[in-house]
Amino acid sequence: MPFETLVLACLAYVALMFAVAYAADRAAARGRVRCLDHPLVYTLSLSVYCSAWTFYGAVGYASRSGLEFLTIYLGPTIVFCGAWWGLRRLVRVARMHHVTSVADLVSARFGKSNRLAALVTLIAVIAATPYVALQLQSVRLSFEVFATDPRGMGGSDALGGTALWVAAGLAVFTILFGTRNLAADERHHGVVTAIALEAVVKLAAFIALGVFVIWGLADGPSDMLDRISRASLDPRVAEGWLLRPDRWTALIVISGAAILTLPRMFQVLVVEAADEERLHVAGWAFPAYLFAMSLFVLPIAVMGRELMPADANPDLYVLTLPAAAGQDMLALLVFLGGFSAATSMVVVCAIAVATMVSNHWLVPAWLALRRIPASEEMDDLRGFVLNARRLAILAVVAAGWVYHQASGGAAALAAMGLVAFSGMAQVLPAMVGGLLWRGANRKGAYAGIGAGFVLWMGLVFLPSVGVGGDMTVLPGMDPWTAAVALSLSVNTLAFVGVSIFGFPDPVERFQGLSFVSAIEPLRHSRARSADDRAEPLLAMARRIWGPDAALRFFQAEARAQGKSGYLPDLTPDFLTGLERRLAGSIGAATAHAMIDRVAGGVALTVSDLLQVADEAQRAKEETQRLEAARAELARTARQLHQANDKLTALSVQKDAFLGQISHELRTPMTSVRAFSEILMDADLQDADRQRFAGIIHQEAGRLTRLLDDLLDLSVLESGRAQLTISVVNLHDVITRAVTAASATRPERGFLIDRDLPSEHLGLITDADRLLQVLINVISNARKYCDADHPVMTIRVKRPQGGGAVIDVIDNGSGIDSGRQSLIFEKFARLNDPARAGGAGLGLAICREIMLNLGGDIAYLPGQGGAAFRIVLPQRPPVGSGSD
Amino acid sequence: MSDRPLFLERASFRRRRLGDAARVLPVLAMLAMLLPVWWVPASLSYAAGAVWIFGTWAVLILAVWLLHRALLRSEAATLRASQDPAPPASGQDPDAV
Amino acid sequence: MQDILMIEDEVNIAEAVRFILSREGWQVALHADGAGALEAIRHHRPRLLILDLMLPNRSGTEVLADLRADPDAELAATPVLMLTARGQVDDAAAQADHVLSKPFDNADLRAIVRGMLG
Repeated sequence: MPFETLVLACLAYVALMFAVAYAADRAAARGRVRCLDHPLVYTLSLSVYCSAWTFYGAVGYASRSGLEFLTIYLGPTIVFCGAWWGLRRLVRVARMHHVTSVADLVSARFGKSNRLAALVTLIAVIAATPYVALQLQSVRLSFEVFATDPRGMGGSDALGGTALWVAAGLAVFTILFGTRNLAADERHHGVVTAIALEAVVKLAAFIALGVFVIWGLADGPSDMLDRISRASLDPRVAEGWLLRPDRWTALIVISGAAILTLPRMFQVLVVEAADEERLHVAGWAFPAYLFAMSLFVLPIAVMGRELMPADANPDLYVLTLPAAAGQDMLALLVFLGGFSAATSMVVVCAIAVATMVSNHWLVPAWLALRRIPASEEMDDLRGFVLNARRLAILAVVAAGWVYHQASGGAAALAAMGLVAFSGMAQVLPAMVGGLLWRGANRKGAYAGIGAGFVLWMGLVFLPSVGVGGDMTVLPGMDPWTAAVALSLSVNTLAFVGVSIFGFPDPVERFQGLSFVSAIEPLRHSRARSADDRAEPLLAMARRIWGPDAALRFFQAEARAQGKSGYLPDLTPDFLTGLERRLAGSIGAATAHAMIDRVAGGVALTVSDLLQVADEAQRAKEETQRLEAARAELARTARQLHQANDKLTALSVQKDAFLGQISHELRTPMTSVRAFSEILMDADLQDADRQRFAGIIHQEAGRLTRLLDDLLDLSVLESGRAQLTISVVNLHDVITRAVTAASATRPERGFLIDRDLPSEHLGLITDADRLLQVLINVISNARKYCDADHPVMTIRVKRPQGGGAVIDVIDNGSGIDSGRQSLIFEKFARLNDPARAGGAGLGLAICREIMLNLGGDIAYLPGQGGAAFRIVLPQRPPVGSGSD
Repeated sequence: MSDRPLFLERASFRRRRLGDAARVLPVLAMLAMLLPVWWVPASLSYAAGAVWIFGTWAVLILAVWLLHRALLRSEAATLRASQDPAPPASGQDPDAV
Repeated sequence: MQDILMIEDEVNIAEAVRFILSREGWQVALHADGAGALEAIRHHRPRLLILDLMLPNRSGTEVLADLRADPDAELAATPVLMLTARGQVDDAAAQADHVLSKPFDNADLRAIVRGMLG
């Protein structure tokens, strides 16, 4: 094919691209973005991943290393399998913060730190330069293929200029369409549409070639598989093709990381995404695109091996195969496909890296140089930012060309790509950690990215440019795999370790919260209503967006606040919105710094942040407050419920007590009334009359005793009992009690077992009350002890702290354990078959007396009979009773 | 009207389970691509390996497509169910993160 | 077969009721405990049962419930006069045919018993 034809085809193709990009930009400017915003366009624009490295290099890679080339596509496939929850979240957070690049994302997450962004930009620039060089080299090589045919003596001079012409053309295209606008959202409809078209050309060219190889050169798929098997019989091939699991894994990890961190991928995947919905299509369509692009790679490689001379460059089989077979049109199509791959990569990469360079290097440097801006001086900031970006694009492309010229294009294509991939992968731990882990902080990000960067420079980048040479990192391991494993591990460990031991500053903590929870970012706290502050802000925005756009934004904001004119109040909402729109143009860190400067603020102080915290967490606090209110309500309800239960229980107790008293009063009254009525009858025998009168007397006495007991109990319970305190010898009291109680059931001969010497204890207490208790307890024993030969044991001990302990124990059957706790309750003996006229208040009174005396009475279980322990203090408590 | 709440519950339940599947899928994809290579690298390196890897890959693409279609449908169903009786309490989608 | 069986733990009240009713010509048997009350009823098969509500070991209500649930239908249908020293009568005593509060008027007692025995 004549070289001129080739150049003409190239120029025609480039013209088409310009036209498409121009048309798309015009359509977007008129607001007709619907078809430009189609998810399919987005998916196709992602194919910028398949650069010339894929287009040419994959075949060379496959011819050298067999299936290993697939890892470059399998990594992104695995990442896109998580599109629904992983990538959607990344896009949502990034759009929420109007992130402009991967460096901006990391910087915004870690407290809007511009230095961190500058570090990431440095890695991106170092990694991108050889990668751009690689694209230029591939275009030059593809030209050479056609130029080396017998007639095509374009001369090496002309060819040497190819790369330069290509680079210059690409720079012009990128500057024209990549820096047209400095809108709030960094979207480039023209570029994206052109790239989508190029993606179609790439795919069509590669599939056409694949179909030609499989059905034109070989004899269908099964024949192709046979050929692959045959090729691998060659021991040299077999050795090269043998998969190494460690390298396989490292390549998949690195390429999975690359799809997220490569500047150009972040640009198309995140920055150019209008919303996260388009990932629903891209989630399966992009892996399908990669599948289609890699399906024919191995067949082409095998066929190239079979048909082409041994010294032919495998990287160029895609061109030399159809050319050798005389398929000129196919060769031209493939050439254009490769050209597309190279140019689209360079354009997007230049835009992405230039954005980073201008936002994180040039603009901050400029702001730092003009520390005190004269507000009257209307310096054209917008022009500066755009020019900075244009300059950066030129620099990136030029650096690629210089590198290409310097390296002489010797290195294999694949090696250069891997260098770039593993370099940008160093950003991954901070990026993923920042999105998922609130504890991640800026120092950790510095440590991780810094350590990874240094190791990558030393172990991967410098050896790749021939400095230092290959180092054996780990014996027995592929050097590149070992370097990647080492740098990523050290990177992650440093990031996590420093984050754990560090403490983030307040801005970072709020940004972290916003990123990890995917909630709206923090708002500005300044709510000063000052037109003289709003005006400089408008001036600044005008300098960045241009006059019309800035006025439109300010007017809309003012109208939203209910004001006329162009100067809205500086509410937190407005400032936050403005900062985020500016961030879309100049990066989060710079926008933050500029607003602070112009709005009269200094760096955010902790007290500012405390205010900010109020705002950012208002929703959260509202929820918490409601939660707390609900909990409080529940607690109150529970308390009311308990109080109610207690009152109910008290009421039930009172009712029961009244019922019992009623019963106790009515029972003797019944006998009295019935017999007195009988007595009123005349015809009664004397003996009966006598007996009935006795019964009435007896029951009347029972009533009196009951009333006495109730009165006594009531006095004791109210604590108003009069105690007659004196010095008492316990022996005397016990003797009197035993004597008095012997009147109860005198027919039973009790053996009383006392230890007389120990009873001689002096105490200060109320002798009569103590006597009452002892009589009660001893008479109870006399009443209820059911032993044939009843024995009562009385023992007195003096405990450590003074006072006395009196045990009264009989040898009867005692009291059931179930009833032991009840016997001190009022009317406890109500259902007792053996009650002998008592109302069942005796032990209740005893307990009240003992409490009044500062002691206690309790039932002692396990003594072989009923046993009561009376505990007395040395003296009654102060204030209980009086003389 | 009476079966609306039931429908809503079922739709959101299904959406949650599909969300779980979306979380598991990348892990499964990773295992499918890594384990065989560690296990029998030699038999995966040549023609048979190409067939296996491309086959698995196609299955993965199909799985993502089906999953996303099902997720979109169940999201739409949940939205319909929650919009019909009353306006939704919030536009936020709790499962999207 | 006795005319009346009285189950009452207060000896004096039992004595009074027996005296009053026997002067009317009825025979009155006595039992003093909730335990064994049913056996006593079965043994005496009275035409009228006078039952105290508050009994040791087994309350009058329980005795009454047991009686009403007895498989012997004739026995279960025995008319019951409940005596209670409580102010109000609880629901459980509603199974009794008559309830008389203590203290009572001897004439009332006589009238009720006469009415119940026909």
